Amino acid sequence: MALHFELVTPARLVRSEDVHMVVVPGAEGEFGVLEGHAPFMSTIRDGAVQVYKTAGGEPESIEVKGGFAEVGENGLTVLAEHVEG
Amino acid sequence: MASLKELKDRIGSVKSTQKITKAKQMVAAAKLRKAQAAAEAARPYAERLAKVMGSIATKVSGDSAPRLMRGTGSDQRHLLVVVNTDKGLCGGLNSNIVKEAKARARKLQAAGKDVTFYLVGKKGRAPLKREFANAIGEGFDTSAVRNIGFEEAEKIEVDLVARFNKGEFDVAHLIYPVFHSALAQDPTTQQLIPVPSPETAEASEAVVEYEPDEEAILTELLPRYVKTQIFGALLEREASEQGASMTAMDNATRNAGELIDKLTIKYNRSRQAAITTELIEIIAGAEAL
Repeated sequence: MALHFELVTPARLVRSEDVHMVVVPGAEGEFGVLEGHAPFMSTIRDGAVQVYKTAGGEPESIEVKGGFAEVGENGLTVLAEHVEG
Repeated sequence: MASLKELKDRIGSVKSTQKITKAKQMVAAAKLRKAQAAAEAARPYAERLAKVMGSIATKVSGDSAPRLMRGTGSDQRHLLVVVNTDKGLCGGLNSNIVKEAKARARKLQAAGKDVTFYLVGKKGRAPLKREFANAIGEGFDTSAVRNIGFEEAEKIEVDLVARFNKGEFDVAHLIYPVFHSALAQDPTTQQLIPVPSPETAEASEAVVEYEPDEEAILTELLPRYVKTQIFGALLEREASEQGASMTAMDNATRNAGELIDKLTIKYNRSRQAAITTELIEIIAGAEAL
């Protein structure tokens, strides 16, 4: 049970991995995405995307700017213009 | 006939030219690899963004669509965004782009439209100015930037969208070279603003939730899409420039080699001729005694 998470910027594919959960700072509030999430699209405000590799583990946060998130059958895709770290 | 010394100097000068073209070719080859890698790395983002755009655009249509997609309702004033390189020594690349831009402009003018150019890169300015002196508008200078990146695309996009919102033009096309291989780079024209609705109108099978609503998302995505298109064009330009440069310099190096061979033969022949003449003189002199 894993969620496929992709973080893409114009310059490169930053992440493409299977994780447990990702918390995304959506434009209308943070939302967590687990495996099997319903199809969903949202713009993102500038902030940190938190990636939980395992349940209950420490999250890894990635700062993104100018982003957009899409949840589809293939998992979560975050398109961001700038990524720090 | 040129003297031996002249020939020798000539060979020397061609040799040093060959050294330069050879060096430039190797530099271009190395840079080409980098540029190609960059172009490839940018592809996933562009593909995904296009997909998302396509799926939303089918849901938002008509009057509710953002202005960037709907257009101004007229198509009188055209803006041609021409992406050229900043440096020469890349064969016919720039003149091909300019040719495409000119053809486009003439066609539009023949149809009674107003045409303005927005030039990115230095090399297109002079040839376009010769023919369309009054149509050259602003441009964006990329010559000071070593590694072209997303920031430049962003600046161009911001500038273009601001002009669009001010009502300076109705339709913008992007003209840039598409890199196929080191031998082939084709100038291509693509509509930039209003953003053309994607034709792949595949009805999404799943019910997708949007946050905020579709229109808000689309409004935010459109400038980003334009940005990505420009960024793609800049990357293509970079790869095309290096590819064309490599090919042109390879040819130049080969031509220099041929010229050197020819000159060397000529040099040897005249040296031999001089020796023969000298011998004949000596023999003739000895016989006369």
